[in-house]
Amino acid sequence: MSNWIINHGLSAFILVVWMGINIFLFVYYYLFYDQGPQFEYTRELLGSALPWARAPAAVLNFNCMLILLPVCRNLLSLLRGSFICCGRTMRKQLDKNLTFHKLVAYMIALMTAVHTVAHLLNAEWYTNSFQGLYGPLASKLSMLDDSVELNTTYLNPVRSNSTTPTLLVFTTIAGLTGVVITLALILMITSSMEVIRRSYFEVFWYTHHLFIIFFAGLVFHGAGRIVRSQQVTDPPHNNSFCEDQPESWGNLTGCPIPQFAGGFPQTWRWVIGPMIIYLCERLLRFIRYMQPVSYRKIVIRPSKVLELQLVKPGFKMAVGQYVFLNCPAISQLEWHPFTMTSAPEEDFFSVHIRSVGDWTENLIKMVENLPEGGQGPKMAVDGPFGTASEDVFDYEVSMLVGAGIGVTPFASILKSIWYKFKDSDPKLRTKRIYFYWLCRETYAFEWFADLLQVLEREMEERGMRDFLTYKLYLTGWDQSHVNHAMVHFDKDTDIITGLKQKTSYGRPNWDKEFEQVKQENPSSVVGTFLCGPQALAKDLEKKCVKYSDVDPRKTKFYFNKENF
Amino acid sequence: MGKIEWAMWANEQALAAGLIYVTGGIVGVAGQFRGWQFAAFGIAAGVFVCLLEYPRSKRGKGTSVERTGQYCFTVCVKAFGPLTRNYYVRAFLHAALCVPGGFMLATVLGCVCLGIASLIYLSAAIHGEHWEPILPRTEPPKRVGDSIKEPPQNPPPRPPPELRRKKADKLETAAYDNPMSVTVNE
Repeated sequence: MSNWIINHGLSAFILVVWMGINIFLFVYYYLFYDQGPQFEYTRELLGSALPWARAPAAVLNFNCMLILLPVCRNLLSLLRGSFICCGRTMRKQLDKNLTFHKLVAYMIALMTAVHTVAHLLNAEWYTNSFQGLYGPLASKLSMLDDSVELNTTYLNPVRSNSTTPTLLVFTTIAGLTGVVITLALILMITSSMEVIRRSYFEVFWYTHHLFIIFFAGLVFHGAGRIVRSQQVTDPPHNNSFCEDQPESWGNLTGCPIPQFAGGFPQTWRWVIGPMIIYLCERLLRFIRYMQPVSYRKIVIRPSKVLELQLVKPGFKMAVGQYVFLNCPAISQLEWHPFTMTSAPEEDFFSVHIRSVGDWTENLIKMVENLPEGGQGPKMAVDGPFGTASEDVFDYEVSMLVGAGIGVTPFASILKSIWYKFKDSDPKLRTKRIYFYWLCRETYAFEWFADLLQVLEREMEERGMRDFLTYKLYLTGWDQSHVNHAMVHFDKDTDIITGLKQKTSYGRPNWDKEFEQVKQENPSSVVGTFLCGPQALAKDLEKKCVKYSDVDPRKTKFYFNKENF
Repeated sequence: MGKIEWAMWANEQALAAGLIYVTGGIVGVAGQFRGWQFAAFGIAAGVFVCLLEYPRSKRGKGTSVERTGQYCFTVCVKAFGPLTRNYYVRAFLHAALCVPGGFMLATVLGCVCLGIASLIYLSAAIHGEHWEPILPRTEPPKRVGDSIKEPPQNPPPRPPPELRRKKADKLETAAYDNPMSVTVNE
């Protein structure tokens, strides 16, 4: 239980606070509209559908304010940098931004549903009131016209017998904007389903820009001031006395004609801040897009991997960060994320691009047709953006697990170690690194094996074999591998990678690995970093919780996952 | 990430539209709105659309992810053959089903969403896609090497019984009995 608190405590706390605010807003505004005396006559027409519509509206205001913030990459990177004082745990929360964005989106969807249903009832009941189906008081209230000569203000937005609920909705600002933004929301949600997102990111990305329509409509949604409350008149209108005799309003001293006015729109106050912040974010991305980027070197690696070494003025990176690349020649609007494989100590930054889809394939084809030593196609770079890997050097002991393509951020980390070591950087708090490389096959990762070879040599030369312990696991082995291994078992270096450390076959036994790390480092804080599939993340997270000791003097494992 | 299969998005949109249609219909009927008959139709049409759209189609390229428990729905939908296979039919069906929803406020949203789904299905049909059921694959049983069926006919060669006896003086160091010497130089 206590291990769970260490690893998930802050996330759970933030969720509880968020949910608490939602519940508070819902209940507060429900009671405000359900019991507020200024809405007594409105409730006469609408019953409890009024508070049922207004309460989710308040929750919607709050959540629409929140939803833009987790997707401001640059803002989050900035926060991450300035939280260096506040410890790892705070910064880890910023890695879960996408999860929070989705959670807030679900809440918006739920509240929209409740709000819409309540308004369906409202529209129907307003219409019925006007047509006299709810008794004399309701009729009298509905008949109040918006007239300067008669000195009356209306309560019921339905103003004529031919108004149907559908007509009401489509002829009021609130109704029209409501339908449009709900439609935009539905399209956004259906195109962000996991299936669509993972297969056709473009559909998701382009459809998601409907949020512009969503926010525009949202801000104007209340402009019609259709929710009306009773104003104080002189002499005051005594509701409890006057409601039984609506015919005599205006003729009795205690019962002047009640006056109503619409509420001032509130939503813009909630969302204007985040909208400006998001605008700044997109502006920043655009400015970064315009910066010139030049190619230092282009290398085609084995197995259709493209290495690009780029130089951009004023570009500063930290280990394990990623950038977004855009190549206008291939696609004007597509930005694709790539983890950087170079270390911050180098005067350029590099990415290794594998051919996985249209964009990458096109890029590789374009580059292959370049003349010798020529500059590559114009490239725009946005970033760098931070991930959990930046924390690697803060931990005394780090366990790095890279699965398949997820090994890429660790290329940057390992290179940085190499440089820090050569310069004897005192900032390096790390004493030991355990690196686990899992891949189905070494196809497309020969470049990484080369890097490990270089590091292996360097470590041996300095007599620091203990600093870096790396284990390679080939999970996609078959009979031919076995035969090959049997024949060459007495060779000094591994047959697959050429490294001194032999490749193991199959998946690692994590219990054994964690036990080993715990034994060799009895009193350290160990950071576990994974870049790989979700199933492995769950596994490692469980192991971290299992092998962590509550006792602060003993080994504690913290789990960090990188996500795109 | 390959070329888009429009049908996948149309499917999500249609399923969502079906649910919205049903919800709007329930509100219309429960609240006894004017024109509740359209709402009742909305419920029926919405349920039908949900049942039709629940089973996902097999993708042209790549792995298909099933929805939980969709197998029985797959079988039902497959039974209608070309009617459910063809996306033109689906596009027209959805377009027809959505029209009555437009006559009443509660079902208007369902109507528009279903209409959009119909358009996306039309696009899918024009691109030549069709619905393919996801059926459980019957794996051929793993072929073990043929030699496993042929047990050896003769026992392995052994030295005569005198040599097989453990030497008393070498008892402690002997981990096991070696019928034949294993070192090269002997």
